[in-house]
Formats: sequence, C-alpha cells, structure tokens
Amino acid sequence: MAEVTQSQFTSNLKRYYSFYTGGFVAFVILVGILEQMGVPNKILGYIFLFATIMLYAGIGFMSKTADVGEYYVAGRRVPALFNGMATGADWMSAASFIGMAGTLYLSGYDGLAFVLGWTGGYCLVAILLAPYLRKFGQFTIPDFLGARFGGHLPRFIGVVAAIVCSFTYVIAQIYGVGLITSRFTGLEFQVGVFVGLAGILVCSFLGGMKAVTWTQVAQYIILIVAYMIPVVWLSVKHTGNPIPQISAYTSALPKVTALEKEFNDKTSPKGAKEESVRAIFRERSAAGTAKLAGLEKDGPAFLAAEKQKLTDKVAALKAEATPDAKAIEAAEKSVKDFPADAAAAKKAWTAEKGVAARAAPVKAHAEAFAVGGKTPEEIEKNRSKAKKNFLALIMCLMIGTAALPHILMRYYTTPSVHEARVSVFWGLFFIFLLYFTAPALAILAKYEVYSNLVGSSFASLPAWVSNWSTVDKTLMNIADINKDGIVQLAEVVIGGDLIVLATPEIAGLPYVISGLVAAGGLAAALSTADGLLLTIANAMSHDLYYKMIDPNASTVRRLAVSKGLLLVVALCAAYVTSLKPGDILFLVGAAFSLAASGFFPALVCGVFWKRANYLGAVLGMSAGLGICAYYMFITYPFFGCGANCVANQWWDIAPISAGTFGIPAGFIGIIIGSLISAAPNKEIQDLVDHVRYPNLEGDIDTKGV
Amino acid sequence: MQLTEKHKKYWNINLKISSALLVLWFVSTFVMGWYARELNAIEIIGPLGFYMSAQGSLIIYVAIIAYYAYFMNNLDKEYGVHEGELD
Repeated sequence: MAEVTQSQFTSNLKRYYSFYTGGFVAFVILVGILEQMGVPNKILGYIFLFATIMLYAGIGFMSKTADVGEYYVAGRRVPALFNGMATGADWMSAASFIGMAGTLYLSGYDGLAFVLGWTGGYCLVAILLAPYLRKFGQFTIPDFLGARFGGHLPRFIGVVAAIVCSFTYVIAQIYGVGLITSRFTGLEFQVGVFVGLAGILVCSFLGGMKAVTWTQVAQYIILIVAYMIPVVWLSVKHTGNPIPQISAYTSALPKVTALEKEFNDKTSPKGAKEESVRAIFRERSAAGTAKLAGLEKDGPAFLAAEKQKLTDKVAALKAEATPDAKAIEAAEKSVKDFPADAAAAKKAWTAEKGVAARAAPVKAHAEAFAVGGKTPEEIEKNRSKAKKNFLALIMCLMIGTAALPHILMRYYTTPSVHEARVSVFWGLFFIFLLYFTAPALAILAKYEVYSNLVGSSFASLPAWVSNWSTVDKTLMNIADINKDGIVQLAEVVIGGDLIVLATPEIAGLPYVISGLVAAGGLAAALSTADGLLLTIANAMSHDLYYKMIDPNASTVRRLAVSKGLLLVVALCAAYVTSLKPGDILFLVGAAFSLAASGFFPALVCGVFWKRANYLGAVLGMSAGLGICAYYMFITYPFFGCGANCVANQWWDIAPISAGTFGIPAGFIGIIIGSLISAAPNKEIQDLVDHVRYPNLEGDIDTKGV
Repeated sequence: MQLTEKHKKYWNINLKISSALLVLWFVSTFVMGWYARELNAIEIIGPLGFYMSAQGSLIIYVAIIAYYAYFMNNLDKEYGVHEGELD
C-alpha cells in the first residue's frame, strides 16, 4: 500500500467503513427477520456473539503485519476521524456502556462525576500532551520518558506504572466480557471469560496496533448504533421527541421531580401508600435490631427461644376452630427458614436491620450532594464531605484520562501533529455522543419506572419487569411488601446494569435489538481490553526487552517476543479475572489514580518545563505512585485495614480518589528533584524544542522507525 | 538548532491560549461543580447545576478542543512551523 497517498487512503477507508456499516445494518435486519420467523432468542444471542467476534477476527487477520512500525503504531497513517473512532472504542469500556446509565439512575447528580471526569480529561490530553507526543513519535509512553529524562530508570518506572495501571484496568474489562457472554448465551462466567479472551486475541495477535485500530473503528460503529437506537425509541415513546438529550430535560425530568415530591408527601395518595411500605421496612429493621441484641446477650439460648416461638405459633394456628391454611403454610415456612446456627442468624438479622435503607424517602434526581444527618450541622458536614469527594473523584478521573498509556499511545498513530490535534477533537466528540446520552437515558428510565411501573398491579406487571425479575434478582427485585396488590416504588429494587440491558424491552422493541445491545456491550469491553493488553505487551517487549535488555534484537525477534508476551499477559489477566476479585468500580478508579499520579506530572513537566531532569522524574514518579498506592493500602478494606479504614482517611477522601494525594506528590517530587540537580544537557533541551514545534528547520529526528 | 524570536513568540502565544482554555475548563468543571446546589435554583432546561454537569460542561469541553485544534493549526502556518504535505 506504500504507493497509495494519504488522501486516497482516507477516502478508501471512508468507503470501506460505509460499506461495513451498511452491511452491519443489513445483518441486524436479517436477524430481525429470523426472529419474526420464530427462531428462539437464545439462538439469536449466539448469532450476534459469534458473528461479531468473527467479524473482528476477519479484520484482525486482514491487518496482519510483520512491520515494526505497523505493529506498534499502525504505520502512523491513521486519519484523524478514524483515530477518533478508535479512541472512542478504546476509551469506552463495558462499565461506560452498560453501567454508566445505571449509576446515574441510582445516584442522580452525584454519579455525574464519572460523566465529567471521563470526558473533561480530553481537554488536558488535547492541550497538554497529544500534539507533543505525536511530534516526539516513537512507540510507547515509556519511550518518551526514557528519551526526555535520560537513563534507564525513568523508563523503567514508566514501564512499571504502565503495567500496573493497565493490568488493573484490563481485569475490569475482561470481567465485563465474561458477564456479557454468560448473560446472553447462558455459558458459565469462567467459560465466558475465556471465549471473550479469544475474541480479544484474534483482534490484536497478528497485527498489533494496526489490527487493533481497524477493529476498534468497527467496534465503535457497532457500540454507538447499539446504544442510540433503544434510547431514541424510548424517547419517542415517552415524549414524542426523537432527541433524548432534549426531551429528557424539557419533558421527562419535570415529571420525575413532581413524582418524587408526591412519593415523599405522606398526605398524597401515592405518598400514603409509599409510607405504608416504608413503615413495614422500619418495623422489620427494628425487629432485626432487637433480635441481634438478644443474640448478642443470650447467644444460642435466644436462638432456641425464638425458634420455639415460631413453632408454638404453628401449633396455635392449627388448634384454631377454623384453621387458616394459608397462615399455617406461611408459619411453617418461617420455621423451616429459621437460621440454623448463630452465625447464620446474625447474617440474616443484620440483613433485616439493613432494610431500614429502603424506608428512606426518595432522593431527588437532580439534587446535588443530597445527604442525611440528624442536625443541620451534621448535614452541613456530610455535604461538604460529599462535595469534596465529588470534585476529588472528577480530578483523579480527568488527570487519569490524560495519563493512561493506552489512550496516549493512540496519538502516535496519526500522520502529523496537525492530525493529532484534530483527532483529539474527533475522539472526544465520539465519546461525547454516548456520554451525553447516558444521563438522558437515566432520566427516561426513571420516568418509566415512576409513572408506569409504580401504581401498576402485581397481577399484570409490564413484560420487561417480570422477565428480568425471573432472570436475575440482583437486577430486578420486586415484591408486594404491603400486600395491596399495587406496585409501590419502595417495593422495587433495581440493579444499575438493568437500565441499559432492559431499555429495548421497555421501549417495546423486538429481541433483535436486545441482541444488538449485547453486541455493543461486548464491542465496548473487547476494544478497551485490546488496547490495554497491547499496551502491557508493548511496554514489556519494546521498552523492557528491546530498549533495556537486548537493543540488537532483530525485527522478527522483537515481534515474536511481543506476540508471545501478549498471549501470556492475556492468559494471566483472564485467570485473575476468573477468580472474581473485588469491586469493579474500585479497580477502575485505582487504575486512574495510579496513572494520574505516576505519569501525568512527569509527562507535563517533560514538555512544559525545560529544567525538569532525570532526578526530578525519578523522584516525582516514584513519590506519586508510592503515595497513591500507600493511601489505597491504608484506606481500602480489601487490604485489611478493617475498622481503621475510615479513620485512616486524610481529609475524608475516599480510597478511589487516592490520586488526590499522589498527583501533588508527583509534582513536588519532580520540582524538588530537578532543582537540586544539574539542568539537563543541550541535547535534551533540543529535544524539548523539537516536541514543542510541529516543524523546525534543522530539526533532530526522533521517529525511530 | 537555533530558535528565532518568531519561534519564541509562537510558543508564548501557545502558552497563552492553552492557559486561557484551561481556565475555561477549570471553571466549567470545578467551579460549576462546587456551586451545583446554588445553580440548581436557576431553572433553564431543568435545574441549571444538574444540566451543566450532565450536558452543558461536556459541550464546552468539545468546543474547547475544537477551538484549540483550529487555532493552533492556523498558528502553525502563520509562524511557518507547520508540517509539509504528507505525500
């Protein structure tokens, strides 16, 4: 393809991907026809799963390469528009695609920290990093650290940081892949993980960055189509307006707000019914608390006495003149379900105590930092804590965005500095399409639940509610608590992931669209996992092996090592994921905080401060990473801080925002380290000028291809 | 490699536009976030604080990046540091 000019190349790409999009739409219509002909849903799910994975494999196979420049940076000829789409797919993970709207549904305003953090970070990428990294060229982010600060140590710390944050993040992605595959095909979670892994590897194994780029563009198209169709449909259904981003705020949100007020007003008919359910929860919670206290005091004796009470009740019911069969059955069931030992009883009663949460009033969707508290002072204190954590999380996510190596690496692949700048714009634009739809979807879904589900009768629940409550109780749990036969809001518990997964059904679309949504979620998870795995494998093969261990290695050998490592890393990641470690949201947050603390200060100072030098970079990066990791260690329960976790917090900052301390530590480290040692030599100062100007006469060359 | 006065001026303009846009970025993120409750009292397209964080600030981010790319790509040409044709 060497003879093809860049503009011809771009127009060819536009043609290919237009055909591709048309072909994909035709495929979806075809599956839709199959559905109408009566093919079962499970088969349709399989068709979507395997057809899309085969498609990615096809693109991956066509992009196979033995050229180092193509393998590491896609030959540096990815046009801005396409690099933007690839960035979008690389960026938007399973958590964004499936979880985001649900998080916003559940936490209202406070969930917007993720929306802001994951978009606003691109301003930093665009202004502080992308054009300069593109001018520098070369292959990886540690490459830049190694060249700018000299010596092996900054590069080595960069490699460690890249591996730690990408690996943490990739586990969250593979987890998402496993979840989607198992949900839509009925395979076991562990099997789903390895099926997904195969999907990830076919994209990247043969063609490295080149293959990943072109599959990511294809994946972006699928994921954005899959996200938009159901939301637009839902918006038309509820408001008659096909633009959800407008209708949600002008039409749905005022109604949601009015309903929230009604639910919380005990004098209104709806509020009175809600109150009757809440009263039951409060009673149950009080009973649970009392039983826990009894167990604490009398131990097993109390347990036996409680069980005796229930058995007596059964006997009493049976002895009545006209025995009530239903009441006897219920009483016998409660005897049968009675906790077997003290540990089980403690667990069950603690859960009962916890239902108090369901007796709380409905939180207003648009209210910022809604917190509880007994006195005005306490509320004020909790509010300032919530506000502080909201802003700290935004900061960590934004700076993390501007420091995650798998994203920054994308800007090496554009043909010029000019294109790199434009490509950040396209990247954020494509990400923005999904992120400004998610809050609208959350509001529309809430409107559906508040206005249609609440008040409907248990005898005729909407189809999507009965479907999902039988499929997965953690996603949709509904029970007639006050036995009035009518659904109250307090009787419904929704899991966040439900919102996106159930939207097609809520909107009344056929199952084929649900399959499309699953394919979109899979595309989101696979594309992110691909970018991350490649980053890890490249950091090891290029920076560690080629640059530090064997600089004379041949091209063939370098690529062989890289591919081998890719396989090993992917298997490790899949193995760790199949153990289901910890909380996904925390893993993601940790990756961002670590990247922000480790990379951001060194990268920015490397471009904007000529005086920054070797010692500064070493001190800054290790201080940033060290403080960040230490803070997580002393405050996150997983590491065993137990009862001290909260007491250990500095200024009440949650462990997910550990970067709040890591980032300043990184900057202080780099400033002190640089000022106490000599200024960098002329060669490095020239390098800084080189990255600052897109084109200079008599410029040095750092492309390294 | 010798930098001329013109080069230095280019870099200074770059620093100025970068700082100006970053100030805008900071205000639309952190200042808006800090005063979200107060802004929610104003009703334009829903409560303003909520609207800004859900959509308004995002639009500002896209505009910031678009303007930066447009401005810098022109500045490159004006100061003769733009890249040649690629092919």
